[in-house]
Amino acid sequence: MGIRKLLSGNEATATAMKQINPDVVAAYPITPSTEVVHYFSQYVADGEVDTQFVAVESEHSAMSACIGASAAGGRTSTVTSACGLALMWELLYVASGQRLPMTLAVINRALSGPININNDHSDSMGARDSGWIQLYSENNQEAYDNYIMAQRIGEHKDVLLPVMVCQDGFITSHAVENIELLEDDKVKDFVGKFEPTRHLLDGKPLSVGPYDTPMHYFEHQYQRAQAMIAAKKVILDVSKEYAKVSGREYGLFETYKLEDAERVIVVVNSSAGTAKVAADQLRAKGEKVGVLKIRVFRPFPVTEIAEALKNAKAVAVMDKCDSFNAMGGPVFVDVRTALYELEKRPLTINYIYGLGGRDVTVDNFLTVFNALSEVVKTGKTGETYRHIGVRGVN
Amino acid sequence: MAYNLKKESVKPERLTGGHRLCAGCGASVAVRGVLRAVNPEDKTVCGVATSCLEVSSVLFPFTAWKEGFIHCAFENVAATVSGVEANYQVKKRKGEIKDTYKFVAFGGDGGTYDIGLQSLSGAMERGHDMVYVCYDNEAYMNTGLQRSSSTPKFAEVSTAPVGAKQGQGEMGVGKGQHKKDLTGIMVAHGIPYVAQTTFTGNFKDLHEKAHKAHYTPGAAFLNVLAPCPRGWRYPPEELMTITKLAVDTCVWPLFEVIDGEYKLTYEPKQKLPIEDYIKLQGRFRHMFAKGNEWMIEDLQKHVDKKWEQLLKRCK
Repeated sequence: MGIRKLLSGNEATATAMKQINPDVVAAYPITPSTEVVHYFSQYVADGEVDTQFVAVESEHSAMSACIGASAAGGRTSTVTSACGLALMWELLYVASGQRLPMTLAVINRALSGPININNDHSDSMGARDSGWIQLYSENNQEAYDNYIMAQRIGEHKDVLLPVMVCQDGFITSHAVENIELLEDDKVKDFVGKFEPTRHLLDGKPLSVGPYDTPMHYFEHQYQRAQAMIAAKKVILDVSKEYAKVSGREYGLFETYKLEDAERVIVVVNSSAGTAKVAADQLRAKGEKVGVLKIRVFRPFPVTEIAEALKNAKAVAVMDKCDSFNAMGGPVFVDVRTALYELEKRPLTINYIYGLGGRDVTVDNFLTVFNALSEVVKTGKTGETYRHIGVRGVN
Repeated sequence: MAYNLKKESVKPERLTGGHRLCAGCGASVAVRGVLRAVNPEDKTVCGVATSCLEVSSVLFPFTAWKEGFIHCAFENVAATVSGVEANYQVKKRKGEIKDTYKFVAFGGDGGTYDIGLQSLSGAMERGHDMVYVCYDNEAYMNTGLQRSSSTPKFAEVSTAPVGAKQGQGEMGVGKGQHKKDLTGIMVAHGIPYVAQTTFTGNFKDLHEKAHKAHYTPGAAFLNVLAPCPRGWRYPPEELMTITKLAVDTCVWPLFEVIDGEYKLTYEPKQKLPIEDYIKLQGRFRHMFAKGNEWMIEDLQKHVDKKWEQLLKRCK
């Protein structure tokens, strides 16, 4: 049986890290992820982990040190938010391009400017094309579970890619929830040992990160792309195995009352809970509404999402991040692309919501479901690029 | 055992030949010199910042590095190597690694004095057991000779070119500022070993300093003047003449700082005028044009001042 514990999302992440007992953690403080580093430093000070903790002078160096540690054969972790992730940007591509697995907890926060410390997804969404696997977490339990599974996914020989485990800053990172932890030995058994085929300290010559000419660069990028395709099956396999240990099952996404739903909201992270409450209220009145919550955003479950939404009449995709492309947010763009392959496509609109910690309410989602009614009734989407919760707009 | 170049030079190389660095380039000479000072029974992992050294020595699928090598990016070799070293520490504690490894980070002056300064400062302050080696060729050579904070005053570089109106004031005179004192900055970090060296005679100075750096526990820093024949515009075969003159003019004094104590490791019998050093290099040619005598005076004054300061510190 698991252990019931009252933990914040940050402490849940730190606890997962402690149980995994990585070789190297290199991290730098930034709100709202800092707490994870506090907890973890205490574990190091108390001798609860064997980890070499490197308190670097920037997130850029945090990611650089993680790259060095992973190339040296170490299981490696770090944590950041917002501008910290932005400062790592250059190296995110190096980590995935050199096929170095590691786990990064992203405690989602709005990017500057202006500076804002509250939640949205502009940080991790901006890194969606960096070759990292991205797992999103609705609540503290999922943040904990995803973090443990991330080790196995990234280190799998068919994948060898770094993994970001995302959760909403403050909303879940600082909110305390009752969650169920696995026992330490169960986590240890589940994650096993990280045994890369080659690394810098194995006593044999190895050059990591060579200069790649036009003769070879493209092939290496192709291999990285193939690894991302292969990751989908590995994620599902690891999730199945995790279900056996934990009793908690995860797919590429979660469907909520979707079977006969005519109107569907697609959402990522903590707002899924709010959307489900709105769906429940409308279901009580006999309305056929449902929610699809994306867990795995990279690799993007393109065929699976199309299949799940094929019977819907209208879909609203929620983006807690604006792409500033005069067209729609990143989740919208990908979901609509997925739907394009369907012979009969649902009408699809986009809502940018909750930027910089703007409250996201049940009423917001009721408004969106209502808007979908209008789309179904008229058979027309109208403006697809919409914003909700902005003063003076709606 | 006394230093013997003949014996040292028959040791197996850790950076092998066949790389694509230019003839007369100081970078590979610096690397080989530094790595010769690692005891033969010990292993190495070297990190290299994006630089001539990196793009010329590891073109996939080839590598000139015979042991562990990592390149990550331009500005972060110190942080990258600190991650490798951190993992070594934990694996060593757990008894998973038996061999002794030495960790060396190499960066050019652009990757060290400028864009990599923060990463370097962090790694040195944290005290990782590693040696950071700056191979200082006083400009961004890999991208085509742009100024860095290491470029000496008046040197002609592509982003501080000599202008059309020479001899008429301070416009277009080459670089307008003196070289940054990086070695001094590293001394201020309070790390156990800092040294400045280059190639002289039988390479004893470089060898002994590198050996101390490798075998002093904690972070160590070596600043190695490593001339670039294309950027400095000297004939490739004159590399050792240039470095010798840099030392004898006191443009590049040789010293080491052990736990904060300065020690001069070479004092020229006769301190030569800077003209002897700069006249062999095309990058300073305009300083000899009529009307530009003040440049030579200005640079000489600066060199003299820095030398006097150093002598005081070494007392």
